[in-house]
Amino acid sequence: MKNEHLLKYEKIYDVIVVGAGHAGAEAALAVARLGLKALLFTINLDNIAQMSCNPAIGGLAKGHLVKEIDALGGEMGRVTDKSGIQFRMLNTKKGPAVHSLRAQCDKKIYQNEMKRVLEEQEGLDVKQGIIEKILVKNNTAYGVVTHMGMAYIAKAVIITPGTFLNGLIHIGEASFPGGRNGELSAEKLSFCLKELGFEIGRLKTGTNPRVNRNTIDFSKTKPVAGDDVLIPFSADTDELKMPQIACFMVYTNEDTNEIIRKNIHRSPLYAGKIKGVGPRYCPSIEDKVIRFPEKTRHQIFIEPEGLNTLEMYLNGLSSSLPEDVQLQFLRSIPAMKNVEIMRPAYAIEYDYCPPYQLKHTLETKKIANLYFAGQINGTSGYEEAAAQGLIAGINAALKVKNAPEFILTRFDAYIGVLIDDLVTKGTAEPYRMFTSRAEYRLLLRQDNADLRLTEKAKDLGLITGERFKKYSEKKLLIAEKLKELKKTFIFPDEAGAKFFKENKSSKKLEKISLAEVLKRPEIKYGDFEKILQDKDKMTNRVYREAVEQAEIQIKYEGYISRQVKQIEKAVKNEDVKIPPEINYKKVHGLSAEAVEKFSKIKPESLGQAQRISGIAPTDVSAVMIYLKKIYYLKEEK
Amino acid sequence: MKTFNEDTIAAISTPAGESGISIVRLSGKDALNIAKKIFKPLKDKKLEEAASFSTHFGFIVDPKNKEIIDEVIVGVMRAPSTYTREDIVELNCHGGPVPVRRTLELLLEGGARLAEPGEFTKRAFLNGRIDLAQAEAVIDVIKARTEEGLKAAVSQLKGNLSNKIKELAGALTGACVMIEANIEFPEEEIETTDLNGVKKNLINILKEINRLVATAESGKLLREGVKAAIVGRPNVGKSSLLNELLEEERAIVTHIPGTTRDIIEETINIEGIAFVLTDTAGIRASNDFVEKKGIERSLKSLEEADLLLVMFDGSTGLSKEDYEIMNLAAGKKVIIVVNKTDLKQKIDAAKTFKDKKAVNISIKNKTGLSQLKKAMVQAVREKSPAGRENIIITNTRHKHLLQKAGVAVERAIDSIKKGMSEEFPAVDIREALDHIGEITGRVSTDDILNKIFSNFCIGK
Repeated sequence: MKNEHLLKYEKIYDVIVVGAGHAGAEAALAVARLGLKALLFTINLDNIAQMSCNPAIGGLAKGHLVKEIDALGGEMGRVTDKSGIQFRMLNTKKGPAVHSLRAQCDKKIYQNEMKRVLEEQEGLDVKQGIIEKILVKNNTAYGVVTHMGMAYIAKAVIITPGTFLNGLIHIGEASFPGGRNGELSAEKLSFCLKELGFEIGRLKTGTNPRVNRNTIDFSKTKPVAGDDVLIPFSADTDELKMPQIACFMVYTNEDTNEIIRKNIHRSPLYAGKIKGVGPRYCPSIEDKVIRFPEKTRHQIFIEPEGLNTLEMYLNGLSSSLPEDVQLQFLRSIPAMKNVEIMRPAYAIEYDYCPPYQLKHTLETKKIANLYFAGQINGTSGYEEAAAQGLIAGINAALKVKNAPEFILTRFDAYIGVLIDDLVTKGTAEPYRMFTSRAEYRLLLRQDNADLRLTEKAKDLGLITGERFKKYSEKKLLIAEKLKELKKTFIFPDEAGAKFFKENKSSKKLEKISLAEVLKRPEIKYGDFEKILQDKDKMTNRVYREAVEQAEIQIKYEGYISRQVKQIEKAVKNEDVKIPPEINYKKVHGLSAEAVEKFSKIKPESLGQAQRISGIAPTDVSAVMIYLKKIYYLKEEK
Repeated sequence: MKTFNEDTIAAISTPAGESGISIVRLSGKDALNIAKKIFKPLKDKKLEEAASFSTHFGFIVDPKNKEIIDEVIVGVMRAPSTYTREDIVELNCHGGPVPVRRTLELLLEGGARLAEPGEFTKRAFLNGRIDLAQAEAVIDVIKARTEEGLKAAVSQLKGNLSNKIKELAGALTGACVMIEANIEFPEEEIETTDLNGVKKNLINILKEINRLVATAESGKLLREGVKAAIVGRPNVGKSSLLNELLEEERAIVTHIPGTTRDIIEETINIEGIAFVLTDTAGIRASNDFVEKKGIERSLKSLEEADLLLVMFDGSTGLSKEDYEIMNLAAGKKVIIVVNKTDLKQKIDAAKTFKDKKAVNISIKNKTGLSQLKKAMVQAVREKSPAGRENIIITNTRHKHLLQKAGVAVERAIDSIKKGMSEEFPAVDIREALDHIGEITGRVSTDDILNKIFSNFCIGK
């Protein structure tokens, strides 16, 4: 197919996004909201923003990502709030840094809501079509071609194909192409990427069986309810209006394990049919049974796929065993003695481009104006995808506008950690976010995502005046609250003695500020209610959130300031930029491994260099000395 | 194994000066080719076909004029089972400085580059044969002044220190794994130990770190020698003692108190430990300007000393000055040396300073000196609480990193004691791991996550 004979679509776009999943939706919205003309392609308009796996948004570390997306003006948080049917804050027994919000969603409502937002977005066209080719001239992308042979021209292209990139589905002995079970796969696009010179790898993931609600005996399950006090994801959500429902828990047993063990040879993974690498944090049930034989039972969460369907998602039972084996092991669980499967679990293999081929903007190093986001970069998870989509969208738009790039660092956000990990280390298995990946975890909390990112979003032009007003109000309130807590004292009088006695805290002989008292582990802000008389104000969300911030900042001051110091130290290394033309073979004292890795990944700073896996501290020192020498020599000249 | 260094290096590997044999060593991918140019084997064997770890007799011949430089044995060692993991050729020349230098020159003309000091070791490190701690140990082996120092360096070279550090890193990683698994998978049924278990582990780790740090002091003593100052009031026999220990007359000995006005420093070797002995001016109130200067210096070397030999005159009894000197010595490792036991004794130092080691000597009769030497050795050994593996930290960088790690572990323990939740001690454990990682290589988040995935059945 010669380019010059192509049928060209009349309208010229700024940015084309290929794939309307969680990454593609955020990317297209960001581009359009930055005032550019965007075009979003999907293989099937009915499946926009589909939750292919579990019907939930958020969870540990992923909740952080959603909050950050929201702070940057992304859509995921708002849509989740509109479709969430069970909200839970996880890890509340631990400190605020590792609290994480998770919401079960009505899958269809989520999709419809996102579809509506996309359709209504000014400057954005949404079209159905399979993209088979990326148009490239002078190592610069300038458009795409559909399977119908129509060329669409744009200044930049964002590829977000999810598992559709050469997807291959496995259920037992059967395997067939597909991006999801029952859907097409994008094969030619993968071929095109290979032709453009990208390194392509293969990953595997899996999903769980869906069963009919009416065939479950709920008397043999344990209900799991959501929180009493509901906290929304988005700063724009005043109230969560969806009805809240329960999930249920059951366990597998020795019979289940036995059935799986007996049929393990029929698993394509164990038979060696699957070549892709699967995520270890999300193993199939057969993996769990084989790898942890000492565990006699595994927990299963039964989650509704929505309010208007009887389909129930069996969280914890991802499998690629044949359908008959799936039915057999499901029925070994007492609550599911008579269960009927509606869709079997399956494994899916798909292509990805190892992400060290990307810059921090998610633009490819090889082809200018071409961006990748989501599973093509080796990640897993809706939230990880959405975060990348947002960043790719923002940067594609900025590039088209000739504006400086937008990069979040590891010090700014989980999104920064995510992208830096990807482009620095690549990934050999589907990458998901964990709080432990963030070295500055105590600072990058879900509760302060807005404080960390709102101003950046405002500068970009991604949030509206109304939203920023609310944010400014909150910031002011936090400052006032901090001052109040530092300036209000408990005196060594009768009232003071009573306060300490009531709160089982030791009394002081001199006056003490509320801030000092708040540092005691046994004291919470709520204990000051009588002193501060602010019970009424606590019903106001902005006030409540300001109080929360003030309380955290005071209570964990020591830890927080230590992390701030760590950042100050680390930033120095980030500031030492490594020129891209550096020849690592000339750097004295580098190990062979370091030369190879540095040459491949081309770290942009010393800080990034030291995060590359397998790099020793001495390698980084060697580069530093080399840079200093060059710099020194140049200065001398 | 790919090696990074493209060029071939050469150096004389034995000390300069005349000796029985001198070795010129070549390392790099062209080692055999370069050696071939100047080596004429006695038998018609080709050097490039020689087996690894084989030796060959022949001559060094200048290729320009065919002049025979030396008669040599050439050892061939092939990569990767060599010191540097590269091809190595060792030319065993006769020890005269001229043929050795000529041989080296010919090799350099043949395409080798003169190795920088320590470069063979550096290559061993860069090519991944030894880790940083081991590489540092090689330098210590080369520079070791004494047998004890050598022993510590050799033990480090064998990887004892690296293994120990890896053990510590492993224990800290284990603590991290427990903590992180608890944080990351709140809904999973992980067989969690409570934080108290983690705390116990951390306390043990801290003990181990502190023990290692404590060995650093004796490590330094082993490497640099023990500074031992002989102090006392004038004319108690300090200079005589120095001469006696040196077994030569180094210091001027007179009967006039205050003769020694300068500091005399000499190194002696007792049972493999180097003692840098300083003879000091007698400490007393003096109006003599020169003597006063000498006394000032005495006080300074007293301060800097690792070990003090405080001398008293047994025949005169303890004076006010003697007590003052004992005060100055407070907090120092001290051996009390009571001299002149050939005369009638007026003091019993062992009784007066009960907690101090005291030795009675008579320099005149040459008695008690071997007991004194024994006491000196013992005093140093006491300082080294080397444990079962006899690992001693000899490197200051290692010591500082371990100290920093110790501080971080202490903070983690403190956080757990205060009832803070997991993510707080985690900050400090990770910091400790970072410091320890600077010694032998980092432990990354991925390492921790990998451990979680392999230890726990996780995933919904």
